[in-house]
Amino acid sequence: MNEQSVLEMRGIYKSFPGVKALQNVDFTLCEGEIHALMGENGAGKSTLIKVLTGVYSKDEGHIYLKGHEGEIAIHSPQDAQRLGISTVYQEITLCPNLTVAENMFIGRGEGNIQNWKKMYKDADAILESLGIPARASQQLSSCSIAVQQMVAIARAVDMDCKVLILDEPTSSLDEQEVAKLFGLMRDLKKKGVGIIFVTHFLDQVYEVCDKITVLRDGRLVGEYEIADLPRVMLVSKMLGKDMDDLSDIKGEAGSYTPETGTPPVLEAKGLQSDAGIKPFDFYIRKGEVNGFTGLLGSGRSECVRAIFGADNVIAGSVKRDGKPLKISKPIDAMKAGIAYLPEDRKLDGIVGDLSVRDNIILAYQVLKGFFHPFSKAEANAFADEYIKLLDIKTASADTPIRSLSGGNQQKVILARWLLTHPAYLILDEPTRGIDVGTKVDIQKLVLKLSSEGMAVTFISSETDEMLRTCSRLVVMRDRRVVGELTGDDLTQSKIMSTIAGGDNA
Amino acid sequence: MGKNKTKAAGLKKIFGQQIFIPIAALLILAVFNLIADPGFFRITLGTNSAGNPVLSGYLITILDYGSELAILAIGMTLVTAASGGQDISVGAGIAIAGSVILRVLCGRDSRPEELQAPIIVAFLVACLVAMLFGAFNGALVAYFKIPPMIATLILFTAGRSIAAWINNNELPIVSDETLSYFGGFIPGIPIPTPFFIAMACVLIIALVLRFTNLGLYTQAVGINASSSRLNGLNPQMIKFISFVILGLCVAVCGLIKVSRLSSINYSVIAKDIEMDAILAVALGGNSLGGGKFNIWASILGAYVIQFLTTTLYKFKVQSDALPAYKAVVVIVLVVLSTPAVRDYLAKLGKKLRPVAVKEVA
Repeated sequence: MNEQSVLEMRGIYKSFPGVKALQNVDFTLCEGEIHALMGENGAGKSTLIKVLTGVYSKDEGHIYLKGHEGEIAIHSPQDAQRLGISTVYQEITLCPNLTVAENMFIGRGEGNIQNWKKMYKDADAILESLGIPARASQQLSSCSIAVQQMVAIARAVDMDCKVLILDEPTSSLDEQEVAKLFGLMRDLKKKGVGIIFVTHFLDQVYEVCDKITVLRDGRLVGEYEIADLPRVMLVSKMLGKDMDDLSDIKGEAGSYTPETGTPPVLEAKGLQSDAGIKPFDFYIRKGEVNGFTGLLGSGRSECVRAIFGADNVIAGSVKRDGKPLKISKPIDAMKAGIAYLPEDRKLDGIVGDLSVRDNIILAYQVLKGFFHPFSKAEANAFADEYIKLLDIKTASADTPIRSLSGGNQQKVILARWLLTHPAYLILDEPTRGIDVGTKVDIQKLVLKLSSEGMAVTFISSETDEMLRTCSRLVVMRDRRVVGELTGDDLTQSKIMSTIAGGDNA
Repeated sequence: MGKNKTKAAGLKKIFGQQIFIPIAALLILAVFNLIADPGFFRITLGTNSAGNPVLSGYLITILDYGSELAILAIGMTLVTAASGGQDISVGAGIAIAGSVILRVLCGRDSRPEELQAPIIVAFLVACLVAMLFGAFNGALVAYFKIPPMIATLILFTAGRSIAAWINNNELPIVSDETLSYFGGFIPGIPIPTPFFIAMACVLIIALVLRFTNLGLYTQAVGINASSSRLNGLNPQMIKFISFVILGLCVAVCGLIKVSRLSSINYSVIAKDIEMDAILAVALGGNSLGGGKFNIWASILGAYVIQFLTTTLYKFKVQSDALPAYKAVVVIVLVVLSTPAVRDYLAKLGKKLRPVAVKEVA
């Protein structure tokens, strides 16, 4: 084990049924270092963290920790904590109705007698030494989210922590709160704590981190000094495209020529929702396929949710075919011929216990109105038509949708919206978590629909897919639109450099 | 082999049907009574004090009192499906509705010689009041996101006092014959009127479910409110409406209840009826956590509950001890419907299945 390193993980393997989540991953954390762990969804970041914190047990590999002879074994989160590995999660896992001090010491008492006076005194001392603006006797819920996050860190640090893992701690914080948190991280760094920082925000990585380890598809891509890895290189490492041999793949959609004579199908100006995105402008024309791209958490979904009225719209104006339109809830958008396939199929898409048939007719039925239910025959005809059209594999139209596979569930939701014959169809990650065959089917369908005149917005984490289908891409970073690419600019390299932004743009 | 398979599939279809649960419970109770004392099923035609022909017997009692429950079960099923919780204030609601009816019928005098208003007017006022109280519950649940049991606890506690206050805590007595028809017998018809009222309610809800999307919307909201919203529904409104509909059911029940006595006892009227109504929904095989529902199974469940109660009475179980027996039924039902038990049963089924396949092969 290296002199300076506080934690070394060597040759970690972990697989789940059907998935090799981690393959031969190495990770080294030095004392007094802030180390970013980067990778797209499914790259294996959280699996690695969970192996380290004892939530999962590794299949193979070795973990060494400073101050411990030889290999260490971590079988449970309690083991990890005892060894000085603490984790602060994205969601606050403290108890809001207890005091700050109680939260810091809960579950750690030795014996059954609690010396309250000493506890509050100790807590105040720790809070002061870390510069956290909270009192020990204060109720936790009366602190801001950032301070609560800091209390969670204080709790972790106080437990004689050598390794501190911060799993997306900044996603619910505003800019000032993030700055405060970074201040605390730098203080801890000076005290010699090794910090593993997981985030999706590139700017934050470059602001606070010393080293970056990149994972992709469960494998280690490499470990880099922050100075050696410009942003655009980082993005390409994460997405797995080497900058040099990126060929300019142009899809069939490139042949699209916009109709400039008519007003756009949908035009938004200064649109902003309460989901935390900056105001953005957007338009889409008849027969056009465009997309929002950016890393996870960059605000792609929030933009389309704002267009559909799924989130609370707080500013901006929308025009449909040039006519002003007010969309404050989904039904407004639906009545204007807009359809939205949501990102989270399970949570926002399917109505699990209802049959495939009811799931298909749901949106159209709502549009038709409360007093005009479809007859059984009509509903069956619709269901059968789309089951055949989209080749949905289901035992019957009566089968509950939750018993279908992910890809087929997605096709049912797609059928639901196609049945409403929308003028503008928004597809948010329609291909996530479904098999390759179905992915291609959906892409083909998108191109076919657009050739028939439908406007389609297509969002995918896979840039390849977007390049194949979209003729215009809106690029997002850190919840704001940072660029728009069309024509010859639609290349992997251009997308990456726009996503990366900053000094390397 | 093919024959075996279709037979197995047929059996599975029968057992898989939700309405199988109350039917099975009904059969078990019927067989038990048949063995214990076939006299349970005897129905006799006699005359009542007014000289009208009336049917009597245990089965008629079940038909009579089960009808009150059946009416409540309709509303309770909708509330359960949409909100994933139950309204425990229906008993108190019935007291309020009943009190309103008497107040309107009696006017200023608590023992009037003749009715001060037509019964239909009194009933409509009671409907309005009960729906308002339903709306109060619905608003707390839908818009303020208070768990239904907690929200309705308010009226559960306060309702009977409100009922007493409506009549200045007096005990009005209506001497007019007509009022007694609703909870008793219409001259010349030997079957208890509540049964006809219940059938009218069943018919209405059948028509509503057939000619509107109430069923689809309620189930969609109960299963996945977030998804329903993205499909253009207003989940809050649908939850709210389910409570208002239950309010209407409560008013109908209130009419039957005061009609039985031609008076009211604020602290006793429809006591604990909410538990029976909830039990009817559960016995109908509906998930008390909301979502998919089968209203016919709930209605049948209501009559089965009354069957159970009447059976217990017949075996001279003290009325104080009744809840203990019913509690056993509730425990069995609720435990059977928990995911843990369902998973276990599913696993058990899987274990048995390979054997069955081998036999078929």
